[in-house]
Amino acid sequence: MKARIRKLATFVEETRSEMGRAIEPPTRRAAAVAVIENPCAGKYVEDLSELMEIGEELGELLTQRAVAALGIAPTAAESYGKAAAVGENGEIEHAAAILHPKLGTPVRRVLGKGAAIIPSSKKRGGMGVALDIPLGHKDAAFVRSHFDGMEVRINDAPRANEILVAVAVTDSGRPLARVGGLTKDKIKGEDGLR
Amino acid sequence: MPEVRVRKTLMTVEEIFHEGGPTQEKPLRRAAALAVIRNPFAGRYVEDIAGFMDDLKPLGMEMAKLLVAALGGDSGVVEGYGKGAIVGSAGELEHGALWHVPGGYAMREVLGGAKAIVASTKKVGGPGTRLDVPITHINAAYVRSHFDAMEVGIGDGPRADEMVLALVMTTGARVHARVGGLKASEIKGEDGLR
Repeated sequence: MKARIRKLATFVEETRSEMGRAIEPPTRRAAAVAVIENPCAGKYVEDLSELMEIGEELGELLTQRAVAALGIAPTAAESYGKAAAVGENGEIEHAAAILHPKLGTPVRRVLGKGAAIIPSSKKRGGMGVALDIPLGHKDAAFVRSHFDGMEVRINDAPRANEILVAVAVTDSGRPLARVGGLTKDKIKGEDGLR
Repeated sequence: MPEVRVRKTLMTVEEIFHEGGPTQEKPLRRAAALAVIRNPFAGRYVEDIAGFMDDLKPLGMEMAKLLVAALGGDSGVVEGYGKGAIVGSAGELEHGALWHVPGGYAMREVLGGAKAIVASTKKVGGPGTRLDVPITHINAAYVRSHFDAMEVGIGDGPRADEMVLALVMTTGARVHARVGGLKASEIKGEDGLR
């Protein structure tokens, strides 16, 4: 493995009620996060291909871990998202190199499908910075009930020369979703949009 | 006494491979189980609250069992533990103290009669409050390598009339422990101290 991993973490959230109203079955979502060394920290590096390859490795590892933490079949995943936080000695472009060129293909391979764009966010920050991973339906980006976000953080990361990389997977949309729009039972799932 | 109403749960598992020193063959694993529950005593002074400890026992057992499952299912791998509570703004610190008995005794029972006191902390705070849950060895509180802490919290809890209850288990010493003191291999494990 190219990535030098210091720490791996998984987070599983289960929401059972909201405003006193039961949610049955509960909505569940998981995020898998890796804390890795940033090989490009502290200097300007023109060619970021090493980070792109790290993104490819982590796309597979983190998706497998998130699905395993949820305890579902990979094909049962409904929405997904990805995010990265670069420590203070790195550039925002380093997060882009990990997230955008190669990370998505293994995510889709693990889940069996994934016609929709994988929503993403990135930032630079210090240890304990909160990462809000955007979430969207994996086969049809316009499914309104699945627009969501999941906050994760690790108090001792990213250090200055590290990057936090996260992949989130859910088996459901928002709890008690009721603002209309395209519903998951109406999607075609071919163009990634509807 | 009132029923225990869980709004949300969060399970976090960390795997720590190194912290700048040699990479561990067997990474340290730490898991935290959080439950966001309604605080039945919020908003007024209630004198008689102690009966709620019994109501919390099933939740304590559920969380302790989930922690063992998250660490692989074998309670024999668990070497450290801790617990904590965050009380929402309409409650009192004393409400957090209700967690000592059901949280602590649940972990001891699931771990086959662990001897040491379960280290704990608590506070009153708003949604997103972070809590550093202290961790010590399960059979001998003086084992220096196992003094640790895990930061936990959840973005949207506790609301004013809620409490976040936390249990933590770990599989071993700090990842590069080297400050001497009583070793886990030297304990008698009878009085819970040494």
